[in-house]
Amino acid sequence: MNTQNDKWSALTRKNTKHLAYWTAAWVLTMAVVAFGPKFVWNFNATVSVLFIVINTVIGAGMILANKRYLNGLDEMQRKLSLEAMAIALGVGVVGGLTYSMLDMTDILSYDAEISHLVILISVTYLIGIIIGNIRYK
Amino acid sequence: MKNRIKVLRAEQDMTQAQLATAVEVSRQTINAIEKGKFDPSLPLAFRIARLFELSIEDIFQDEEAG
Repeated sequence: MNTQNDKWSALTRKNTKHLAYWTAAWVLTMAVVAFGPKFVWNFNATVSVLFIVINTVIGAGMILANKRYLNGLDEMQRKLSLEAMAIALGVGVVGGLTYSMLDMTDILSYDAEISHLVILISVTYLIGIIIGNIRYK
Repeated sequence: MKNRIKVLRAEQDMTQAQLATAVEVSRQTINAIEKGKFDPSLPLAFRIARLFELSIEDIFQDEEAG
């Protein structure tokens, strides 16, 4: 039984590490796509497309790693993640559309960027996880 | 839902971490169950009951049923 339990703990650690590696690789290739055209390959379309494809493939790997990570969590951790994701999704949709309307009606003095929405969703998810951890402490 | 996990654990001189490892959940989950903040699923309740060689009803009590 102990071997089985050790296996479960090791699997959880492995899933967490894999998710971190995939996320780091995705962020890194995203940075390459964002800055490479200007600073490295002088807007060569073929190189840009190649790195965008690499970034997308790594992004798909990150999604699968996240799914494996969630499946490896215990039931309370999954509930906590689900609640945080529900809040992040809601805030993302409502906040994103409100932000878009502010941009369309020229109330904002700058353009609404997709990156702002990604930051909003990420921060909301993080806050949701922190609140959940405090609530079930 | 009330439970006797803390008492049963103490009787067997078992830490939360040891119980968590034995039933394949995190220590935080065992802590939340003991404090009544989280109700375990039926499979997890069975695993806990099996570990203490008791029935589920001997460990978990429904507060609404009195």
